[in-house]
Amino acid sequence: MARRWTNDLTQDDVTPRHLWLNRRQIMAGMGGAAALTATGAPAMAQGLEPNTLEQISTYNNYYEFGVGKEDPAAYASALDIDPWTIRVEGMVDRPGDYALADLLSGLQSEERIYRFRCVEAWSMVVPWNGVELADVLDKIGVQSGARYVAFETVVQPENMPGVRSRVIPFPYVEGLRLDEARHPLTLLATGIYGQPMPKQNGAPIRLVVPWKYGFKSIKSIVRITLTDQQPPTTWNRLNSREYGFYSNVNPEVDHPRWSQASERRIGGGLFARRQDTLMFNGYGDQVASLYAGMDLRENY
Amino acid sequence: MSLAQRINRAQRVVPAWPIYLIGFGWMGWLFWLGLNGDLGPEPINALERRYGLLTLQLLVATLVVTPLRTWTNISLIKYRRALGLMAFGFLMAHFLVWALLDLQSLSRIGVEIVRRPYITIGFAAFLLLIPLAVTSNNASIRRLGAQGWRRLHKLTYPAILLGAVHFVWLVKGYPLEPFLYLGAIVALLAIRLVPKRRPAMRAPAGAVTR
Repeated sequence: MARRWTNDLTQDDVTPRHLWLNRRQIMAGMGGAAALTATGAPAMAQGLEPNTLEQISTYNNYYEFGVGKEDPAAYASALDIDPWTIRVEGMVDRPGDYALADLLSGLQSEERIYRFRCVEAWSMVVPWNGVELADVLDKIGVQSGARYVAFETVVQPENMPGVRSRVIPFPYVEGLRLDEARHPLTLLATGIYGQPMPKQNGAPIRLVVPWKYGFKSIKSIVRITLTDQQPPTTWNRLNSREYGFYSNVNPEVDHPRWSQASERRIGGGLFARRQDTLMFNGYGDQVASLYAGMDLRENY
Repeated sequence: MSLAQRINRAQRVVPAWPIYLIGFGWMGWLFWLGLNGDLGPEPINALERRYGLLTLQLLVATLVVTPLRTWTNISLIKYRRALGLMAFGFLMAHFLVWALLDLQSLSRIGVEIVRRPYITIGFAAFLLLIPLAVTSNNASIRRLGAQGWRRLHKLTYPAILLGAVHFVWLVKGYPLEPFLYLGAIVALLAIRLVPKRRPAMRAPAGAVTR
């Protein structure tokens, strides 16, 4: 495929298992220097030293399990992910209920170390495993009139305390323009650090769109719909002034209630320095052309 | 002996100073937890929230004192100054964590206070409470006179309301907790407008200054 993304980071750049398992103890014991030099140099050079699995899986927004950052880690174990079926519908050639394994079978698996920038102005670096969404779209056969892809998160009220207290409307829904969805950076992720996706991070399968704010990367997907209409998205429906359909990371367009010019990388402790937020979260070279001619202040 | 009488008798022997000890101890303990990575992977935000919430909780406690005396004759006024000053202590900590650890620059602080309404009102509440903290001592009550001092300290009402709105305004979505605080505070302010039945046992005149 001509536009297939070539990953310049390899398995060697992923922090070795013994390090991410014990990073905290190592940091405590040796002041961090050993742990840092032991990780892959190319990733380091890009400022892409991945966060530890502990950090990635204990600081989450997954409102189905509560609004606290620690709630998903505390409650998501109740999520029932086996069996997992994804309904594929709308303008596709091969609609139907797909077992997760069937939907993914035969597709090339990917490892991607991506920056992850939350709309709340914190960020992480996550080594994802998954497949390109484009490959899944090819498999289900997108019909010619389709322009958008819509996604929906599972709702299991008996397993999800946040759903029962209705902090936001559920099911959580998100969507992408078809060209965004087909972009080789866009993943359907099924794991982190080569391990199955932790439930609090959106097991068993979630979207990852690294140049957009994190809430676009919808978790625990049970429905994929191809459509010619721009689909509703949860946060936009809740507060359209604060959350646009596009929600590309953009340091020049502030959230009405806080600045998006800088961010704090999770894991730096109590004295972590803020760092400047990058346009398109640092993926401008790859994705800026998708938005050529668009006013990004209007289309936030 | 009624419950109220028993509590009032007990408060004569239970001093207020442990409130400071526990308050500052708890403040330091939380900071220590943050320093050691025990407040989760994002300790700055965690500390901000913990200190802010404790401020609001202590302010609510100061608001409870007067209606409690009016409606139940239980007098905890002896502890109100310590609760109020401790609330200000946590507010100061909340502000310093935000300014020094979170934003890290004067220009960012200025921009945020001016441009973000929820921060503007939070900062306004902080400013309103400064003169109250400064005058929470017997010498100030003597200097201002009981009437003047009481009038000045009515500023707690708008300050607490602003604090609750600050909390409601900063969250994403519609979680219940901030609305519960706002509701409780509005109720505690409203109850002051209900015509009082005269308390059967008036606190002695000097109680305020103790």
